[in-house]
Amino acid sequence: MSAPLELVIGLEVHAELATASKLFCPCSASSFGEPPNSAICPVCTGQPGALPVLNARAVELAFLGALALGCRLRERSIFARKNYFYPDLPKGYQISQYEDPVAERGGLELGAGTAGAPRRIGIRRVHMEEDAGKLLHEEGSRELDCSLVDFNRSGVPLVEIVSEADIRSPEEAYEYLVRLKSILQYAGVSHCDMEKGEMRCDANVSVRATGSQALGTRVEIKNLNSFKAVREALAYEFVRQSGLLAEGRAVVQETRLWKAERGVTEPMRSKEEAHDYRYFPEPDLVALAASPSLVEKARSELPKMMPQERRLHFLTQYGLSEYDAGVLTAEKATADYFEDVVDACGAPLAKQAANWMQSELFARLNAEKRAIGEAPVSPAALAELVGLIAKGAVSGRLAKEVFARMWETRETPGVLAESLGLLQVSDSRAVAQWVEEALAENPKAVADVKAGKERAVGALVGAVMRKSKGKANPDLANRLIKEKIR
Amino acid sequence: MTPGLDRLTAADIARRVSRGELRAEEVVQAFLLRISRLDSKLRAFLRPLDDEALEQAREVDRAVASGRRPGRLAGVPVALKDNICVRGVETTCASKMLRGHRAAFDATVVERLRSEGAVLIGKTNMDEFAMGSSTENSAFFATRNPWDMSRVPGGSSGGSAAAVAARLSPLALGSDTGGSIRQPAAFCGVVGLKPGYGTVSRYGLIAYASSLDQIGPLARTVEDAAVALSVIAGHDPKDSTSAMTASKDYAAESCGDIRGLRVGVPREYFSEGLSAEILQAMQSAKAVLREAGASFVDVSLPHTRYALSAYYILAPSEASANLARFDGMRYGLSAGGALASLSERYEASRGLGFGAEVKRRIMLGTYSLSSGYYDAYYRKAQKVRTLIRRDFEEAFSKADLLLTPTTPTTSFRLGEKSDPLQMYLSDVYTIPCNMAGLAGISLPCALSAQGLPIGAQILAAPGDEGRLLRAAARFEELRPFAPWSEPQEARA
Repeated sequence: MSAPLELVIGLEVHAELATASKLFCPCSASSFGEPPNSAICPVCTGQPGALPVLNARAVELAFLGALALGCRLRERSIFARKNYFYPDLPKGYQISQYEDPVAERGGLELGAGTAGAPRRIGIRRVHMEEDAGKLLHEEGSRELDCSLVDFNRSGVPLVEIVSEADIRSPEEAYEYLVRLKSILQYAGVSHCDMEKGEMRCDANVSVRATGSQALGTRVEIKNLNSFKAVREALAYEFVRQSGLLAEGRAVVQETRLWKAERGVTEPMRSKEEAHDYRYFPEPDLVALAASPSLVEKARSELPKMMPQERRLHFLTQYGLSEYDAGVLTAEKATADYFEDVVDACGAPLAKQAANWMQSELFARLNAEKRAIGEAPVSPAALAELVGLIAKGAVSGRLAKEVFARMWETRETPGVLAESLGLLQVSDSRAVAQWVEEALAENPKAVADVKAGKERAVGALVGAVMRKSKGKANPDLANRLIKEKIR
Repeated sequence: MTPGLDRLTAADIARRVSRGELRAEEVVQAFLLRISRLDSKLRAFLRPLDDEALEQAREVDRAVASGRRPGRLAGVPVALKDNICVRGVETTCASKMLRGHRAAFDATVVERLRSEGAVLIGKTNMDEFAMGSSTENSAFFATRNPWDMSRVPGGSSGGSAAAVAARLSPLALGSDTGGSIRQPAAFCGVVGLKPGYGTVSRYGLIAYASSLDQIGPLARTVEDAAVALSVIAGHDPKDSTSAMTASKDYAAESCGDIRGLRVGVPREYFSEGLSAEILQAMQSAKAVLREAGASFVDVSLPHTRYALSAYYILAPSEASANLARFDGMRYGLSAGGALASLSERYEASRGLGFGAEVKRRIMLGTYSLSSGYYDAYYRKAQKVRTLIRRDFEEAFSKADLLLTPTTPTTSFRLGEKSDPLQMYLSDVYTIPCNMAGLAGISLPCALSAQGLPIGAQILAAPGDEGRLLRAAARFEELRPFAPWSEPQEARA
């Protein structure tokens, strides 16, 4: 019986830097959804004679990201040309970094805030590079007999973040990606929207006997389009590679593609790999110096609280549950929204605010595939609604209706509840009137209550609610019914 | 037509046009006429820009008439080597690969020339993608040397040098990666200036070897070269390797004497392979500078002997990447047909589009950068480059300028150098300057017994173009070249 096997995983993540313009030219870097080739110029289409000029904001964001990941900035980093031919690569080389990346030797912690000891995953390097264009093989539903190239993405700034081979399970890989994404978002380095291709991941994975220091043969997995895909592909690879070893066969060093629809990895055609990229220093750019002023500027932009600290803050200051704090701090925009709501409605209502966000707000956002920043209900408006419920001015049930109208009309809840006549009636004379009528019309229920059947009170409250078209404050109605009968 | 306009210097033309004594249109017509009369044999131009040039000239004349500042090169025709982009104008690098390619933008030097009233008179022939030393590597035709039509004008800026020598244009721009301005200037008996690396923007220069390329002027006088440099030099935010300094008035800098100037004579430049005639010409050049008040010091540049070898690793390495964009996908020659596979298309387009020398250098560079060979070739050559740079730093601690021959021989006959290595050797004295990023100038200093020009090279530390031009100007004053000689072909 052989020793149990463990996975050894390293991840390479590409994140798009949140700059307005591309890495080496003034073209827009955020042309997602724009017509093809509408954000291009001589530089990003590789016209003869054009030269790259480094985007200063991209450098600041790369430095910021590196610092947020605890990396050491190199005093001098060097751009390099990565040479290969492909129609989406207009210069025949990608400007990247090779021997001297922007930063090295950082890391992030997994499992913080949970029971077990936190695990640190090392980050080997962070380097800057430009994105390639995009090949289109179809137009709408029509498959083309040629390929078209869209250079809108060509030259979009990226950072590649390479982890050490410290990750030991698909779940850790998943958590690493979630943490990495929230750190980059918190620091404002990247929006990390995977749907827009702003965050991409390749995995290097091997298996070995648990506890061994030696590394097994490494397989690179590409085409991982979501965090879930990463987790599933790694789980699949563990089974596949350990199966090979159990049969006494060798793992082949190769690049494999994840086929999500079938849940398997398959070897990439060997023609598409085995590149000799012939890296050499990019002579059109000078070395990038991490000057003290540049480093200071990046440091000053580091957010006061990173996700872990904010999570702790939510637990202790607002009394949120572990689960709620986790959900609400995973993305910076969500945490910002939550804090804006709480600022407006007050910390004692934080729990209610958290519930409203995770139920009604998230449901609407998910249904419409919108980001929280695009929600038609502002934090102030949600805070007002939570306040109205707490005061008893709107019942919880009617509040859902008010929220729906807020979403559609962008009106504030007070105005809406009023105009819809949904404000709860807590005026005791008005409610007393409905109670009088209800008692008169339901003598049997009244008799039952008198006979000690408490449940009949509910029926009478129901009658009051029907009469008031749901507006009567049910607590008040309940109290008045009991008073009248006794 | 005013006779003798072609004998005016660029500076004279600009002065007269600015004062309204001469119309730019007249000047341009005179030069276009010379081009049409003489260039069918000389073949310096790939494309004269007749209509565009006349329109630009009329614009200059309108500026003068309306009292606007016409610029420091008002009405001066400038010929451009065909690797410099002019918006809307065919820019081919003398390669089949780019036949019909119209540049989408103006090079920075072109913008600056235009804003100073210069008139772009045509695109000149060159060795394909600036790879060569004779202009025989042009994919279209060879250019002749106006001093002897059986000989080459040098290269790769051979068209620009021949055009200036034959007075088809008073001024031209070339590019110099390993001597491509200075060597043809020497062969054609004109002034050729390679500014220090970073002095002139490379934006819009179709790259051969980015860390070595530099645009510079070819002219008949030092003053003209100085005026042209003043216009084209200075920081350009579009070129990250351009120096952070503003341009200077180099014509003013070139005034003044050079008494007390220390001129170094590097002994490695006077070794085997140097023709006796050129050695003699260098002795008389020294005498001229001594007469002007300079003193001489013996200096040594021990790593010079490795410069050529290192250059033929570094320049092709950079070229192998710089020329990767010519893949037949977006512009230029595209071959292979619809059914061909991707790699077949690349091979067909690049196979047809590039000439033999370009392919040779792409292969050399690809090999030098390949995994397993990088350390032995590319990295080693970079180390040699550092040593060469240090040699010069050491030399410039003892001397203000260096004096060397520009070339080991005078112009050779067309077809004479069929062995690429023999051709490479004609740049042996010019290459170290590029490797160290220095400024260098070639001045006509004598005629050989066969009546061929001989060039003297003066080298300066980067940023020291003013002093370089001052020495050149004093040399020119004491040994004026133009009056005592002119090329056979220009007499027509």
